[in-house]
Amino acid sequence: MSEATRETLALNMGPQHPSTHGVLRLVLELEGETIRRCTPVVGYLHTGIEKEMETRTYHQNITLVDRVEYVASYLEEMAYCLSVERLFGIEPPPRARVIRILLCELNRIASHLIYLGSAALDLNVSSAFMYCFADRERFLDLSEMVSGQRMMPGYFRIGGVAADLPEEFVPAARRWLDEVPRRVDEYERLLNDNLIWRERTEGVAVLSREEAIARCATGPVLRASGVAHDVRKLLPYGGYDEFAFDVPVRAEGDAYARYRVRLEEMRQSRRIAVQALDRLPDGPVITSDRKIALPPRAELARSMEAVIHQFKLVSEGMHPPAGDSYVPTESARGEKGYYIVSDGSNRPARVHVRAPSFYNLQTLPAMVEGRPLADVVVAVASIDIILGDVDR
Amino acid sequence: MAPASILERLRPHVPWGLATPKEEGGRAVLYVTPGILLEVLRAAAERVSLDSLVDLTAWDRRPASPRFEVVYLLGQAGGSDRLTVKVRVDGDPPRLPSAVEVYPGAAWPEREVYDMFGVVFDGHPDLRRILMPDDWEGHPLRRDVPLFEEPVEFKGHRPKVPSEIIPYFSPHSPSGSGGETPPVPG
Repeated sequence: MSEATRETLALNMGPQHPSTHGVLRLVLELEGETIRRCTPVVGYLHTGIEKEMETRTYHQNITLVDRVEYVASYLEEMAYCLSVERLFGIEPPPRARVIRILLCELNRIASHLIYLGSAALDLNVSSAFMYCFADRERFLDLSEMVSGQRMMPGYFRIGGVAADLPEEFVPAARRWLDEVPRRVDEYERLLNDNLIWRERTEGVAVLSREEAIARCATGPVLRASGVAHDVRKLLPYGGYDEFAFDVPVRAEGDAYARYRVRLEEMRQSRRIAVQALDRLPDGPVITSDRKIALPPRAELARSMEAVIHQFKLVSEGMHPPAGDSYVPTESARGEKGYYIVSDGSNRPARVHVRAPSFYNLQTLPAMVEGRPLADVVVAVASIDIILGDVDR
Repeated sequence: MAPASILERLRPHVPWGLATPKEEGGRAVLYVTPGILLEVLRAAAERVSLDSLVDLTAWDRRPASPRFEVVYLLGQAGGSDRLTVKVRVDGDPPRLPSAVEVYPGAAWPEREVYDMFGVVFDGHPDLRRILMPDDWEGHPLRRDVPLFEEPVEFKGHRPKVPSEIIPYFSPHSPSGSGGETPPVPG
């Protein structure tokens, strides 16, 4: 191409595009096949959840947080409940803590299965997609068992969880967890030996360690760029310090490294979940503080005080002390935290979601600029964004 | 790292007279004035270990003054140091220096705070709305912007404001079921 004919072409990719995993729009400035500039345009899925949460009680908001990172709802509820509990200064009982960790880790496996399936589908490995989604179905069944819902469970409560695990849950969870390592090995063989997968991911969408830190990447994206950063290890929350697990790290920073990190994380999540099943303590699953948790049904027939508490909690909600709180947690995509400001009334004055997908998506231009157009699909899939989390 | 020690380590590098260190709920918090914000962030990033911006957000303190509080959550990549920097700002529009020079990752969250609250970050390379449509008027997360139910064309339907769905109860409200008028609409 001579200097005279050199010109760039602006290409709109999305917001409706099968490989953007939602409604993401990318404005790409192309010079031939090479991307000169990449500008992500977000907000197409903005639902105003943060504003909405200011008008509802702390309890009602659990329903809303499920819809933020909608494939990892248990992890989302964990982050929200921990932050509200920090405001009150309460801790859930031991059994509730272990149940929460168990469900979070099962959810993390399911969320990584979505990544793996959809990333593989983007590169036309559609069999892996089918296998992953069939496996994820097992988690959805488990979720239905505990909460009655396959997605958007609304199972966690401030100070514990809504109900104890049903009898059939523990054996069913064990059956699934027994199969997970074999299945993960299978995916590994399926993709590691796949020439197309290797050539399209190795050395593609590279993010250097410095770029990753500067652009606020967290989670698997940061760990695949050589930083051993896992909030569960560094700032343990909700009882994670009692569990043994490793933090997988890769130094390459490419899409293949992110894939390897997530595969290993599925094995580690299984390890935590099995430990949680082994040590599931007995006892109540929600705090006995009547200003926070509803009284048990049986008490309502005997105690006037219980009836008043029930009425106040349902009609008015709870009043945390004034102040703010933020508890960092490790979601499937990176650091998730709820910054909650309370003015002492029954509604939060401000709720802000620290959304890992929002920050991780910021690294996309660094991954694709100067690279061919075809890399965009791989890069977007390897960041594993959830648009509900980006736009909130 | 304990909350006190990160503040101690930062102390020699910032004009301490203009900053107010606090410990809130086990977190180290530093209140600063808008004038020294960049100096504090730069010291945190370069002199102590806080090399990553975890989050940047704001909230509307209305009717209190100064009206907006912008919150910077700083962290350490691969480490457990944390610091919350808070700065209160007033004005129309409220203005703050942009942190993009120190933390390049602040670019998007600053756009979000501008979009939602109208805080202008001076020196930001590309300060546009990010979540709301470009032609939107106003800043939706300000507390004087009410949240309404969308009108529908059913006969006899009146859009509710959320305070009619769940009544508002101030911190020390007397016992009762009526609720009160919230200090801000919505």
